[in-house]
Amino acid sequence: MKILVCISNVPDTTTKIKIAEGNASIDTAGIQWVINPWDELSLTRALELRDDQSTGIKSVTVAHVGPAISEPTIRKALAIGADDAIRVNAESADAYFVAEQLAEAIKKEQFDIIMCGIESSDYNGSVVGGMVAEFLGIPSVSAASAINFEGGVPVITRDIDGGKEIINVPVPFVAIVQKGIAKEPRIAAMRGIMMARTKPIKTLEPVAIEPLTQIVSFEKPAPRSACKFVDAANPGQLIDLLRNEAKVI
Amino acid sequence: MSVLVYTENWDGKFKKLSFELVSYASAVAKMLNTSVTALSIGNVGDDELKKLGNYGAQKILSAHNDQLAVLDNQAYTSVIAEIAGKENASVVIISNNNTGKALAPRLSVRLKAGVGSGVSKLPLSTDPFTVYKRAYSGNAFAHVVIKSGIKILTLAQNSFDLLETPNNAVLEKAEVKVDASFIKTKVKDVNKQTGKILLTDADIVVSGGRGMKSPDNWGPLVELADALGAATACSRPVSDEGWRTHEEHTGQTGKIIAPNLYIAVGISGATQHLAGVSSSKYIVAINTDKDAPIFEAAQYGIVGDAMKILPQLVMALKEIKK
Ligand SMILES: Cc1cc2nc3c(=O)[nH]c(=O)nc-3n(C[C@H](O)[C@H](O)[C@H](O)COP(=O)(O)OP(=O)(O)OC[C@H]3O[C@@H](n4cnc5c(N)ncnc54)[C@H](O)[C@@H]3O)c2cc1C
Repeated sequence: MKILVCISNVPDTTTKIKIAEGNASIDTAGIQWVINPWDELSLTRALELRDDQSTGIKSVTVAHVGPAISEPTIRKALAIGADDAIRVNAESADAYFVAEQLAEAIKKEQFDIIMCGIESSDYNGSVVGGMVAEFLGIPSVSAASAINFEGGVPVITRDIDGGKEIINVPVPFVAIVQKGIAKEPRIAAMRGIMMARTKPIKTLEPVAIEPLTQIVSFEKPAPRSACKFVDAANPGQLIDLLRNEAKVI
Repeated sequence: MSVLVYTENWDGKFKKLSFELVSYASAVAKMLNTSVTALSIGNVGDDELKKLGNYGAQKILSAHNDQLAVLDNQAYTSVIAEIAGKENASVVIISNNNTGKALAPRLSVRLKAGVGSGVSKLPLSTDPFTVYKRAYSGNAFAHVVIKSGIKILTLAQNSFDLLETPNNAVLEKAEVKVDASFIKTKVKDVNKQTGKILLTDADIVVSGGRGMKSPDNWGPLVELADALGAATACSRPVSDEGWRTHEEHTGQTGKIIAPNLYIAVGISGATQHLAGVSSSKYIVAINTDKDAPIFEAAQYGIVGDAMKILPQLVMALKEIKK
């Protein structure tokens, strides 16, 4: 069996987002790009499953849609332990565009489990994984917080409102993963970084497809009013403010 | 033309989120000068279905089929897509909860409809169809034009006020064919939280961070939550340490919530934490460090020791209730 992990690269999560002149994009000057946090966890789980002989998983491939400049992110995934990588050489236009590129790349090879993060921390779309599954016409499991193997068969835990379901779906399927899927993201060791240099990255040219959405502008969140401090000697006053001023309790 | 809203049910019941969705759909329909059809899938009684009419649905379709007892993303997508076609829907509205996140993207491909995900306001314009959504985990908002003929919007929970516009909705059974062989999802086991206010549903949330110092100190925090009818939450290190369950973890990599009131106790207010709570209407911070970044996000604050403050807040609440 083979796993494909889809990764996107996003600004480091501590980045102070600045909007560029004209408001059409964000100012990328000085931004550190990292693997999207959920994708990092997803990759970690994929590697754990591969390293466990009993699962029968032979390899983990990472796939990314992005221009050559995002190759360091792919190398990082290879350094963490992925076996090889696919890069579709295109600037991401929207989620639909990215998902179709991934689906086309996946059709060229045989993967049993395709893993996507539940959200990318930049666009917060939560749609690419489900779209890939629909383009491929295969099952998807969303909000997956665990993937295990029982008797050679994947067993997935998915979160539903107010609980969890343990389910089976036949391979191939897309798992859209979230918190819980792995404990801590695996980090690259020196040896991994050395080895990553020679691991193959296959570059594919994009298929022609029209995006369905377009970001026309960004704005900053409205500033919040200044904090009103209540004296620690009289916390009851807070209750009074919440009741009579904010009217939220 | 119509606006189609998918209203999920929980054991045959709707909840506030369902009515928010219908309220939102009605407001969108008004902008487009059209009507709202609500679609329910599963076994829901007529009285419950009729409640959707109170928020502006003109037509309520109920698709009930034993094959649909389990959420199978492909089967549900087929049903919703079929109804969207029959109803000639130009906008399809779904929640941005786990179910919505599972279905909206599949529907997008099926209907070749662009998705505005996690919208928290009415569309900014209908021509071009422009929506307002969170980006960069709450550090920015984007104006997104959806160019396709059909549009899908997933609505962020707790972001739209209920709007009662009662009307005499027509109730209809939607005949849907689902072949058993088509259902790929097999549920082996279900594990449900019962009797607790769900964090994502809650109007008020009391949340603890590392400043609570030890898992043994949570008593007064839970007491405050109980007194307020609130759900409890925590920061990531707290759930990582196993002080509280993972279900309570809020923030960028945990749950994203938008209650009316979020009380952060002993939480420093890291960007990644705020990413999950910044849409709360009011944030209250209780922290010993007056320079903690959480105070920049808060409207009310107390600089002080949580262990001393929490019991006094509980007392003050009890005084009022007397
Ligand atoms: C990729 C990534 C994703 C992340 N995702 C999340 C996420 O989803 N959610 C999340 O929460 N974090 C997340 N983090 C971690 C985040 O950066 C912070 O480390 C974390 O939020 C800090 O938790 P805290 O506020 O509980 O603890 P601390 O930062 O240690 O703050 C504790 C606070 O308690 C105060 N305090 C101490 N004693 C008392 C007392 N007696 N009474 C009152 N106050 C007291 C202190 O002044 C301090 O402000 C993420 C980090 C990364 C890198």
